[in-house]
Amino acid sequence: AVLHVVDRFDDGSLCLVVLQLCLQCSPAVAMLDRVPSALGVPPLGLVALRLSRGIHGRGDQTNHAAGNRVPCRFPFSRVSKQDLAFFENLLPGRTIVDPDVLMTHNVDWMKSVRGSSELLLRPQTTEEVSKILKYCCERRLAVNPQGGNTGLVGGSVPVYDEIILSTSLMNQILSFDQVSGIITCQAGCVLENLSNYLEERDFIMPLDLGAKGSCQIGGNVATNAGGLRLLRYGSLRGTVLGLEVVLASGKILNFLTALRKDNTGYDLKQLFIGSEGTLGIITAVSILCPRRPRAVNVAFLGCSSYKKLLETFQCCRGMLGEILSAFEFLDSACMKLLEKHLKLINPIAENSFYIVIETAGSNADHDKEKLHNFLEAVMASFLVTDGTVATEDAKIKALWSIRERVTEALTHDGYTYKYDISLPLEKIYQLVEDMREYLGDKAKNVVGYGHVGDGNLHLNITSHSKDQALQEAIEPYVYEWTARYRGSISAEHGLGLKKRNYIHFSKHPEAVALMKDIKHMLDPHRILNPYKTLPDQG
Amino acid sequence: MSARVLVGVKRVIDYAVKIRVKPDNTGVVTDGVKHSMNPFCEIAVEEAVKLKEKKLIKEVVAVSCGPQQAQETIRTALAMGADRGIHVEVSGKDYDNLGPLQVSKILAALAKKEETSLIILGKQAIDDDCNQTGQMTAALLDWPQGTFASEVVLEGDKVKVIREIDGGLETVRLKMPAVITADLRLNTPRYATLPNIMKAKKKKIDVVKPGELGVDLTSHLEVLRVDEPPQRQAGMKVETVEELISRLKEAGRM
Repeated sequence: AVLHVVDRFDDGSLCLVVLQLCLQCSPAVAMLDRVPSALGVPPLGLVALRLSRGIHGRGDQTNHAAGNRVPCRFPFSRVSKQDLAFFENLLPGRTIVDPDVLMTHNVDWMKSVRGSSELLLRPQTTEEVSKILKYCCERRLAVNPQGGNTGLVGGSVPVYDEIILSTSLMNQILSFDQVSGIITCQAGCVLENLSNYLEERDFIMPLDLGAKGSCQIGGNVATNAGGLRLLRYGSLRGTVLGLEVVLASGKILNFLTALRKDNTGYDLKQLFIGSEGTLGIITAVSILCPRRPRAVNVAFLGCSSYKKLLETFQCCRGMLGEILSAFEFLDSACMKLLEKHLKLINPIAENSFYIVIETAGSNADHDKEKLHNFLEAVMASFLVTDGTVATEDAKIKALWSIRERVTEALTHDGYTYKYDISLPLEKIYQLVEDMREYLGDKAKNVVGYGHVGDGNLHLNITSHSKDQALQEAIEPYVYEWTARYRGSISAEHGLGLKKRNYIHFSKHPEAVALMKDIKHMLDPHRILNPYKTLPDQG
Repeated sequence: MSARVLVGVKRVIDYAVKIRVKPDNTGVVTDGVKHSMNPFCEIAVEEAVKLKEKKLIKEVVAVSCGPQQAQETIRTALAMGADRGIHVEVSGKDYDNLGPLQVSKILAALAKKEETSLIILGKQAIDDDCNQTGQMTAALLDWPQGTFASEVVLEGDKVKVIREIDGGLETVRLKMPAVITADLRLNTPRYATLPNIMKAKKKKIDVVKPGELGVDLTSHLEVLRVDEPPQRQAGMKVETVEELISRLKEAGRM
């Protein structure tokens, strides 16, 4: 028999407590704990149990709801007066207990999950991070590393009372080599600030995302962020050359080499890239940066069908290949939301699909000619029905904002269920169409957009308000669909809190088991970003 | 009415670019810097094209004065819907000294040559902010002018222009031929769509020298020096009203 965890209420005011007995659970999980409430309601003991049958965790419909339920609190210590005194001594003026300040750090960007941390620490140096973790490890205090708090899977905020370790004050650029283009900086540098710094020196960051004004490079690396330029410059796994990491024990691991090639032993940085703060806290990064392109052009095109969109992509690859730096798409449902909620104007005639193509090269005349030849070709063969081109900064920004602001438009449409899926290119839009048909009236809007050039779809489903029935209709259907075509249930957003239990849709149990072994080796007391990334069971 | 509209389009440094003064203080750096059509000229082109779409005028001619690159700006106007272009070739020293007086002489000469009913210009250019070319052109031609237009309505042989002025809006009725300068709220310029960009490549751009128009480009102005605006000093934060008062006294402000 399985006793379910009952869901946490929307406003976080009460989290009914868990007693969970399960055939596959370890007895340690079946532990009763009290959860403090954010609104000062006295903690409750065991309140409710719900019985149901089935095997826990493996895609069984009845138990599936447990997949995104809140996990029970691990038996960490709680922050005591002595702990506070230690931190205040270590980080004077940077040990925050003010509930107003803590409120913003306890809630994610989408306002979909809330923790109840009562302590925020703001170290400025790697040494301080090391001392914090050494102490927390000894005291068995849980730690939630936090950068810009722009993650979309609930991985950046506490679930319970984990201490928030913010890297915001670790924002120094340590060095930049003008010849090699390698920048070394602390993990708390905001991506946009790094971009501005580099652009003044004729370089750019190898990644770019909508959240650039707030996200920090440490968080980007910890989540292996993708973004709009991946098509051209590759992922962080290729562009990050070195890291400085602090382990759960407080030990500082420095492999911050700024070398392009170094085949001496296991490449440890790959373990930490994308580990979502669960294996170590990244404190410094060295990244290889590309030169700033002399000529940037953006074309905004309209296609009448997804098939034509794919053919346009093939043509684009052939004729623009070496200067292509982005290939993004959005469907007409997205355009309608942009027009409705943000009053943006469609630059071209109405179409079923819209493509944003960016070229970046070293010679404006050459690129213009290549781009015009390509545009003539796709117009002549009727792959594209309409479009516009921009070379001026202001117009380029305007065209990009049409793609970049879809996320914002969705927030105005109601409650959004976000899915970040990798699929074989031909299948990408089929998922959107199937979901639309399958959900029918249950959903308000079903839209698709994203990095189609990378095979990455952002599927978003809106409803007027949070709707449990809708969520249960979507999940696990969408994950099963993805698994059927051997796709990834999280292309770039990571697993965090919300998707941790769906890992098996994209990874085999042996792989997950090895991940757990590595976690245990590097963080035996599980203090780093608990409840995230790895599944509760299995 | 077989009216022809002349639209002036100026190639300027793109408004999003950070301007840098040349080390010798003779001007700003333009080499390798992104240029584009002056935003007010875009609005002028849009208005002209709109009039053509309403079939109120027959032909839109885009004019630009400058070196070879001015043709790119004309092409943009053609992509927005202008019918043909005229590139008045001015380069080197002459281009450096090209100001509103010289341009208005050129436009006046062209207007007579091309039998124009309406000249639409941007109210000012974002590089020199002169706001003089439209007014001077009207004066040279002895034509009426409707400047800072936020609305333009053709009424037979007259044109009604609603002007943005300090006190609000002023409506004037001008007998054509006339000169209009476009202000920000006149319209929102369209994106040039691909079919039109393709068509624009085939549209004609005539190249003309100022001498052929009988225009003398001598300038009576000499730029002595160009400087960056003074750096803004950091402000000072105070904790209490008493401190504010004592600081103000120290600075001699009280």
